[in-house]
Formats: sequence, C-alpha cells, structure tokens
Amino acid sequence: MQKNKFSILNSQFSIIEVEDLTKSFGAFTAVDHISFSVGRGEIFGFLGANGAGKTTAMRMLCGLSKPTSGKGFVAGYDIEKQPETVKKNIGYMSQKFSLYEDLKVWENIRLFAGIYGLDGKLISRKTDETLKKIGLMNEKNALVKELPLGWKQKLAFSVAVFHEPKVVFLDEPTGGVDPITRRQFWEMIYEAAEKGITIFVTTHYMDEAEYCNRISIMVDGRIEALDTPRKLKEQFQANNMDEVFRKLARKARRVENGELRIENDGLGIENGELRVENDGFKL
Amino acid sequence: MKNNSQLSILNSQLITKRYGDVQVLKDVSFEVERGEIFGLIGPDGAGKTTLFRILTSLILADSGQATVDGLDVVKDFRELRKRIGYMPGRFSLYQDLSVEENLNFFATVFNTTVEENYYLIRDIYKQIEPFKRRRAGKLSGGMKQKLALSCALIHKPTVLFLDEPTTGVDPVSRKEFWDMLKKLKMEGITIIVSTPYMDEAQLCDRIALIQHGKILSIETPEKIISGFPEKLYQAHSENNYLLLVDLRKSPKVKSAFMSGEYLHVVFNGEADETVPNLKEIAPTIEDCFIYLIEN
Repeated sequence: MQKNKFSILNSQFSIIEVEDLTKSFGAFTAVDHISFSVGRGEIFGFLGANGAGKTTAMRMLCGLSKPTSGKGFVAGYDIEKQPETVKKNIGYMSQKFSLYEDLKVWENIRLFAGIYGLDGKLISRKTDETLKKIGLMNEKNALVKELPLGWKQKLAFSVAVFHEPKVVFLDEPTGGVDPITRRQFWEMIYEAAEKGITIFVTTHYMDEAEYCNRISIMVDGRIEALDTPRKLKEQFQANNMDEVFRKLARKARRVENGELRIENDGLGIENGELRVENDGFKL
Repeated sequence: MKNNSQLSILNSQLITKRYGDVQVLKDVSFEVERGEIFGLIGPDGAGKTTLFRILTSLILADSGQATVDGLDVVKDFRELRKRIGYMPGRFSLYQDLSVEENLNFFATVFNTTVEENYYLIRDIYKQIEPFKRRRAGKLSGGMKQKLALSCALIHKPTVLFLDEPTTGVDPVSRKEFWDMLKKLKMEGITIIVSTPYMDEAQLCDRIALIQHGKILSIETPEKIISGFPEKLYQAHSENNYLLLVDLRKSPKVKSAFMSGEYLHVVFNGEADETVPNLKEIAPTIEDCFIYLIEN
C-alpha cells in the first residue's frame, strides 16, 4: 500500500482549517457544519453534485461570504475577521470566469499580478518565463478570446499562481477540456503543489478526482466522505471514484440551484421549488 | 465503405472546410449505421463542431458531399432539417421564454405538438416539469441541458446530433443523460455525439477520433483497446510528480504521464523493474487515444 504523505495531518502544517462551518440563507442551510483540514502542498478535491453546497463553502473560504456559524482559517487567517488578508494569500480560478477575453495574454497577466501588488519589473520578467513554460510565448500579444479553451485554462491557472499564493482555489478548472490538455493541466497542478502551493479543487470528472491526494464529497451541505481516493474506493467497495460518488449522491435530496428534489407530488412548495437568494448570489 | 449503404444513415464523402489559412476539415469520410450511437472524439479545435454544422446543413463545406437519412445536406436541406435534431454545444434556446414556451415553440415550428411525441421526452422532461414556468435563462446547467435535449427531440428526428452535451454537468446527471441516450437508441434514433470525455466514449457503439480536421481512426471501443500496440505499466510512489520527472529523464522510458493516482509508463524494450510499484495493466480508451494522437 502506498503511504500517503498526508495520512496523518499535522495541524502545524495545515493551511486550511475548518470547524463546524455553516452558512444558512433563511431556513435553508447551504453548508451544514463542515469540518476538515488541508495540509501544505496537498491537492484536495472538493466534490459534490450541483447544489450540494460546494460553491457556497468555497466562497466562505475565499473570504467572499461570511459564515453563519463555525470557524475557518486559510493560510493562518480567520476567514470571518480577516477576509481581506485571506484574499491576498490565495489564488482563484474558475471555468466560467478567469481572464478578460478582450485583453491580450500579457495584459491579463499584468492586470492580475498588479492587483496582487507585484512589482512591474518582476512581472515583465516572470511573464516571459511563464509563457515559455506553458508554450504560449507566440500568443503573448493575442487576445485571450482567440485562444482555444484548453490554452486559456492553462493560462488562467498560471495567472492564479503567478503571485505565489499559499492556496489556490480551482472551481471546475477543466470543464470541456480535452484529455491531453487535461493531463498537462494536472501536471501543472502537481508542479505547483511540489512548490508548496496548496490546491483546493472542485471537479465533475471522477477520473480527475483520482489525481487528488484526498477527496471530500459533499451531499446536501454536509461532508459525507473524506479520505484518499484509494481508501474511499475500499470503503464503498467501488471500482472507481465514479461509483463512490454515485453511491453517495443517490442520497441527495437537494438538486441544482438549491432546489429540493421533489417527486412532483405536490408537497406544498410552490412550483416544487425552494429558491433562496442572498447578496445577488444564487445557491 | 460503400457496400452497406442501405444500413448507413449518414454518409460523408471527402468533406473539406477551410477558414482563411486554417484547414478545419480535410477529406473527412465516414459512415454511420442506422440506430447506432456514434462518438466523435477529439481535442479542442479538431473540427468537431464545424463537421456537425456541415452535416446539419447550417454551413456549407468547401468540397465533398454528405447525405443524412438519404438526403443531401446541401440540396435537400429543407427536408433534412425536419428529420434531424441538433443540440449545439452552446445553449441556444430562447432565454426569455419559459421552459414550457420553448418546448411548445419548437413543437410548433416543426408542425407537431408536445403531446404527439411526449413519450420520447417524458423521462427527461418530467425532471424539469416542476420548473416549467421558469425562464430558460434562469435554469441551472443540468436543467438547461435536459430542456435542450427535449427541444431537439420533440419532432421525433431520425438522427440526433449532440455537440458536447455533458460539459459542466455533474456525474449523476451525466449518467442519467447517457441512460436516456440508450433509450432513444432503442426507439431507433441514430445518435451522433461529440465529447472530450473518455468515459463517455466507452459508451458509444463506435468512435471516430478526429484531430486537426482529419479522422485518424474509426473503431468500436473494444477494438481500440485491443489494438494498443505496446505493453502499458502503472507505477506510483509517495511523490508521483518527482517520479514522473525522473521517468521522463530515463532512456529506458518511451513515454510517461499521470493518470489519476498512478503514472502510466511505456518502455523502450524491457520494463525497468527498478521503477517503484510497477504493474502491467490493460490500457483505457484514454491511453489509446493519447497514443494515437502522439504517434
């Protein structure tokens, strides 16, 4: 059996610490008392069906949304009391929005690195280094919208770790990306982890989940399972993570957008839906 | 390729398309048999969407010919459009119409009613029916996909074209979606589907691998796997990344890459037994495609 370097977590090295973290919108508990910790340089997969509460949890960890109760520390900072410091110490990338399509490749790097307060000379030097490494030097002056999706995602990841954050949050980073580019993308993730950057990643692709050191699976706002991919497969007597996921997600009563899964038998909720909105953010 | 044309429902002959300097499709020829689930697999920019648009009569090829259900995609385009269903990769229903209004609209355009072919879409539509008065633009990804499939099916097409239908959809919904495709196949509908995901490729009857606008191979998933020409090994260590870097430096290693919690390795000649936790394994479809593309 492979020994996992994170099997015994030493809190001294943990970079994310979460205890009983909860977020409610009115009567609806989107994130329900979750607790876990993530070690430095660990690749932590954060899985769950659409609507399980992943995005809400991730927003709290990034300092974008205040917990209703519970505690969370990211890179040593309190997500409730020091959200601005948290933001300075993390990187973020999502499938939906990461780069400005109408800016050139180098302009995107310049913009984000500038926001994180990096020095202009350092930015110029590192820009070329980064572009050479991901094979986009010829595209330096191209508009981001002209790049194929897979190239964009590689660039977006490079931008998210450009300021060498302690943690990088990746929200479905590889949706729609072809297998070859996905493998290259995961090599970039491993390389960043090797440098000590902690990776917190959500994905809908279970073959990808197997790249993670440990995985948590959320169902209806709670963490229902948390372990290495291998141990989860043993625990659920499954051949792969897809089976593990489906065994767990079958229990879910909630579906996408925070709606309840209701067998259309007129449970008394209008249109069979429960819809919750808060700070212009849909569950 | 020509002999069983009474079985084939789609026939593409030397389809070529160029945008400026970019050769998007080059001499693409293939046939799809009636009632099969045919997968079109390839990297971003391989030409999958362009090929779909030509076969659905939405754009013209520079040269070559294609027929779908016996109809020429250029000359017979009006009749053709009545017989096919197309679900583009980008959500293209009316965002400001409700779920129900979108479905009624598509049924009306095709001169039919929702009731007439309801049996085809019942299994998917009943999942979004509780939200039938919601505007399509306000649906989540999984529900949009279910509505788009319902709209593409409401006129009971003989051939269904699905361009990356499951991108961004969670595993449970993807499974439901593929179960649905199998049921449609039982109804005799031919399905041509593109996907970047190899676990889905495995669910197709036959797969065409397309890269740089050319079809590299067309095979059943089983034959693709049995045709892998090398011995494939898995290996792992406490630090797979460092192991990968080492393996790539080794002259004994032909190729090495990550695959989940393991590395997949092909050697030049004999396997190097000093590699930790080495074990010969059967290749997956993904291994085969990467091999085909890189060689």
